[in-house]
Amino acid sequence: MSIVAQLPVLPIVMPIMAAPITLLLPRGRAPHLWACLFTWLTFAACIALFREVAATGPISYALGDWAPPIGIEYRIDLANALVLLLVSGIASVVFPFAYRSVQLEVDQRQTPLFYGALLICMTGLLGVTITGDAFNVFVFLEISSLSTYALIAMGARRDRRALTAAFNYLVMGTIGATFFVIGIGLLYQSTGTLNMADLAQQLIGQDNRMVQAGFAFILVGMGLKLAMFPMHLWLPNAYTYAPSAVTAFLAATATKVAVYVIIRFFFSVFNFDFAFIGAAFTYVLLPLGLAGMFVASFVAVFQEDVKRMLAYSSVAQIGYMLLGLSFATVEGLTASLVHIFNHALMKAALFMAVACVVLRSGSHSIHAFAGLSKRMPVTTWAFIISGLSLIGVPLTVGFISKWYLLNAAFAAGHWYAGFLIVASSLIALAYIGRVAEVMLLKEPADDGKFVLPKEEAPLSMLVPMWILVAANIYFGVRTDLTGDIATRAAEALMMMAGGAP
Amino acid sequence: MDWFDFILARYNYWIFILLMMIGLYVVFARGNLVKKIVGLNIFQTSVFIYYISIGKIFGGTAPIYMGDELDAAAHHGPDSGEGAGHGAEAAAHGATAHAGAEEMQSKIDNAAPGEETLAKETLHSKIDNSALDHGNDLKDALKTAPRPEEADSLHSLPDTGDKIANTLSHVDKTPPKAGLQFTPDGLTDAAGDAAHSAAVAAHGAVEAIVYTNPLPHVLILTAIVVGVATTAVGLALAVRIREAYGTIEEDELEAADDIAEFGHQPGAPAQQAAEGAA
Amino acid sequence: MISPAFAIPLSLALPIAGCFAIWLLDKQPNLREAATLITGALLFLLALIVFGAVGSGAQPGFILFEVIDGLPISFKAEPLGAMFGVIASGLWFVDSVYSIGYMRGNNEKHQTRFYMSFAVAISAAMGVAYAANLFTLFIFYEVLTLSTFPLVTHKGDEKAAKGGRIYLGVLMATSIGLLLPAIVWTYAITGTTEFTDGGIMAAHSEAVGPIAGVLLGLYAFGIGKAALMPVHPWLPNAMVAPTPVSAFLHAVAVVKAGVFSILKVAVYVFGIDFLRDTGASIPFMWIAAGSILLASAIAMHKDNLKARLAYSTVSQLSYVTLGAMLATSMGVMGGAMQIAAHALGKMTLFMCAGAIYTAHHKTLVSEMRGLGRVMPFTFGAFFLGAMSIIGLPPMAGSWPKFFLMLGAADAGQLAIIAVLMISSILNVIYLLSIPVQAFYMNPAVGDAKPQGAGGASIQWGALKEAPILTLAPPLFTATGAFLLFFFADPLYNYLSPLIGGQ
Repeated sequence: MSIVAQLPVLPIVMPIMAAPITLLLPRGRAPHLWACLFTWLTFAACIALFREVAATGPISYALGDWAPPIGIEYRIDLANALVLLLVSGIASVVFPFAYRSVQLEVDQRQTPLFYGALLICMTGLLGVTITGDAFNVFVFLEISSLSTYALIAMGARRDRRALTAAFNYLVMGTIGATFFVIGIGLLYQSTGTLNMADLAQQLIGQDNRMVQAGFAFILVGMGLKLAMFPMHLWLPNAYTYAPSAVTAFLAATATKVAVYVIIRFFFSVFNFDFAFIGAAFTYVLLPLGLAGMFVASFVAVFQEDVKRMLAYSSVAQIGYMLLGLSFATVEGLTASLVHIFNHALMKAALFMAVACVVLRSGSHSIHAFAGLSKRMPVTTWAFIISGLSLIGVPLTVGFISKWYLLNAAFAAGHWYAGFLIVASSLIALAYIGRVAEVMLLKEPADDGKFVLPKEEAPLSMLVPMWILVAANIYFGVRTDLTGDIATRAAEALMMMAGGAP
Repeated sequence: MDWFDFILARYNYWIFILLMMIGLYVVFARGNLVKKIVGLNIFQTSVFIYYISIGKIFGGTAPIYMGDELDAAAHHGPDSGEGAGHGAEAAAHGATAHAGAEEMQSKIDNAAPGEETLAKETLHSKIDNSALDHGNDLKDALKTAPRPEEADSLHSLPDTGDKIANTLSHVDKTPPKAGLQFTPDGLTDAAGDAAHSAAVAAHGAVEAIVYTNPLPHVLILTAIVVGVATTAVGLALAVRIREAYGTIEEDELEAADDIAEFGHQPGAPAQQAAEGAA
Repeated sequence: MISPAFAIPLSLALPIAGCFAIWLLDKQPNLREAATLITGALLFLLALIVFGAVGSGAQPGFILFEVIDGLPISFKAEPLGAMFGVIASGLWFVDSVYSIGYMRGNNEKHQTRFYMSFAVAISAAMGVAYAANLFTLFIFYEVLTLSTFPLVTHKGDEKAAKGGRIYLGVLMATSIGLLLPAIVWTYAITGTTEFTDGGIMAAHSEAVGPIAGVLLGLYAFGIGKAALMPVHPWLPNAMVAPTPVSAFLHAVAVVKAGVFSILKVAVYVFGIDFLRDTGASIPFMWIAAGSILLASAIAMHKDNLKARLAYSTVSQLSYVTLGAMLATSMGVMGGAMQIAAHALGKMTLFMCAGAIYTAHHKTLVSEMRGLGRVMPFTFGAFFLGAMSIIGLPPMAGSWPKFFLMLGAADAGQLAIIAVLMISSILNVIYLLSIPVQAFYMNPAVGDAKPQGAGGASIQWGALKEAPILTLAPPLFTATGAFLLFFFADPLYNYLSPLIGGQ
């Protein structure tokens, strides 16, 4: 059997096999290099997969040669190929970046564990994305979540609040996952299958209370995982106190994957024949998306801690994604997928810039950013460019996201949503502008509270960060990969869901 | 008393809901981190029970393939080993002695490690005639299994009827599965009826043996592993929190954080605003 | 000879190349300034090539690439854009000369950053001028905003930070909050953002009709650079910038990019006929008229010369908006000519203000009494510039007023004519009073008397002008404003395709 035939399983098998070995390696560079190597291999496999799917259409892979729907099926179409590419791509940038940051922020004895956990976390996220089996989603979700709890808790070396943050996330995350399992159970009870494609077939015409309840449980469970407003309370603390590299990785991938699961269930498992899907769009995702966009953005403006500010911003940005798909049109779904991709690029770059500042000044309070443009100009400009991207300035990915979202809003007749989208972008302008102004124009307070950075961050951090900044600009002017692929993916998903409701 | 029967017939769900609510209540109402973990466990356990109860079929045998080729099947899977043998023994016992379902259940639990492999093994092996013979015995037993009044009350539920029809069509659509029908369908009480109808419908063309659905057990085994892992991580975190803070009471933790950050106990305005808005 | 179609991308790339050259020559100020001037001169030539080609009836274009399906970054020169390109690039050269004198005369810091930002800004301005669709226009519009931010906050003190915050805040808030949705909405309805003769709305009048007013309002206020009240506060606040910045950006590039965009939207997106038929522009015509009068009234109360000029600019910009909103050919013509005339006139005034500051460090109008006696050339230029702004012949500014009045008459809006007259009277009061006081009044009692050369008391002939590099440019632009008066007819003919003529 050739390796090419096994391609779909490689992104899962490679890192999960590599992860335990990380623990056996001697401390120092070895675990880091080992983990990097495997993220790059995984990324390469995901690129190959993506090209295959883009060229020939969806791939189905029967795990262990058990034919679906009995066996577990890995099913890759354009939508999850894009997310796979994103997760592995971000990982392959964040892993090399992590070394110096982790040296400072994580206990030295824990570094092999750290990289092992990070690999497992990535595997889990990839697994959630790649699988075509509903229960398998839960398993991978918990694989990634459990390692995430551990990763967040490793931030305790700098701030003990990382522990409580991790604990709270654990409680919320587990409740979310369990809700999801209940939902899956109800669907299974109604259909007798767990394979998503088969579920979609069996569910046709079954608009009864059991299916409705199953759907509701899945929505709420995933809502917790993806920090859908107002179920986001775990997120700000978790992101703030986790080691900076972990935050960069999680912010770019974890919630995105959960949004993907929502999309998958809404469009591939259920379809528009179910009245409750339309109702969920109109009465749950749309208002909650809008509320999240505003409330979280607004809260972000008043944060003294830049990491926490960006965390709230993430909650707001998730609102955009939910809003996009709540339009239930090809344009809206495209906008959602594009924003999943684009937001990952900008938020990862932003959190990486913060990680550089933490490395040199030891703090992520806004006061530590004062006058940074003179001391760390490269980091400063990375932050500002990614920040502009977050606001949605032209020539950055943020603008592309906004354009797709606005176009979807107007095309769907939700013109008021269009104005709310730009209004909340303006709040982003306020909180990013606040930090940018402090960086550019304010003199650092010389009160000894913060270490004044003496030099620029090391190249091992600057290069990955600027790769992402460059991606922010590149995908801001070329949308062959994001826009076109997302459109095709959205069209395929809409076809599965049976067109407009 | 229709509604009374309606409620009583679903006692397993009431247990599930009750446990779930207790679990969630403990998670939210208790400030002690360990108690929260306990609540979480109760909550998760309720889901396990739910899954197992939907897989149960009245009169269904252990989901283990029975027949002369049993040994061959067991030998097929190199790693099914002892567990498979054990399971096979239990199955044979169940088939011949028409043992009660509860007893079967306990046997299956014993056979658990090999169960998954075996289930798949049986699926893939050829349908063999002796299994059908045993199946006939079982079928007879099944015909008497559902109590009439229960069946009536169930028939009044349109959903159930649809579902049974659905199951049947599912059987027809997928011939490879027929003859070895796991009756994936859910409702415990409906299951016997469903199996009965399935058996009648399938009469002649293919014969059906009714097994208790193994898949929920498999799923729950996985979920239990996840649950144990979560508990372990949670407790480990609690230990670390105790080391760092000297307490595992939530309000004391919050107070300690507030004092560390603001120098006084009540939350600072910024925090309050954030939480208020959130 | 460079082909016009190639001159367009080149005129975008050239300033960027110049920006790098300036950066590389950081340590050699003379070479650095030479780089700026050479870039400016070449850019002006390129703009002239395009201008000439458009004059002969061609519409050279260039497509960079498609960003999103059906949304390319593309350029196409038409008369209005070609004219704006020539004005912007020509005045950039003049302003660069002036900047050298001013920045050195005042020992400003960070001069390299200053010239670099300037180069990026002019590139963006050229992008706005030649944009072939709203999408491209918006991109360069935003680049212009961002690249001028370092210029506005050049001084880097608390006041500059505050001014910069308002500058960026208002411009970004209006462009992202109003202009972007307007563009996307237009795209969602019509499926294109291409500037088309006669407008793109007319073909979709059923869908646009009910919301034409809303959409036009989004454009009118979303193009914050046009400073239509009440989105004008950025303009006075941007006056914390060094004077060359105010002169160029807030008399030419930024504000003109704003009103230019308004005209483009009115002519090529909505179409004059469509606006007139729907009457959607009537409310905005009145808002523009109100803006004209209100800003003039505020300007009268400003003692700070730059603040007074800033409000005067707000008022004058609304002339262009008014011209567009009149929805008549003469109104559009008046607006288009106002872009050229006001650029020359207001640039003269700002540069004079800078010259006064460089020579005497005076910023308040009340301190300038009698100053004309030692700076006759500066105040002479100021006088000519003020005449042009007011609209007195034989200065260029008189033509736009004339066409605007014609346009108002065509539209049957006689009240607008009255507004224009009152505004001119207000202009006379707050602008002409400055040179008059400077020439004929004695310094107020108690004020330190302006010192002539060598400490001589103020008298005719005891000159103390600014350095030649700060003095010559305003004289040059004042002369330009004078000459343009006599070339109104060629300009009219050149711009006539805008209003459907040949």
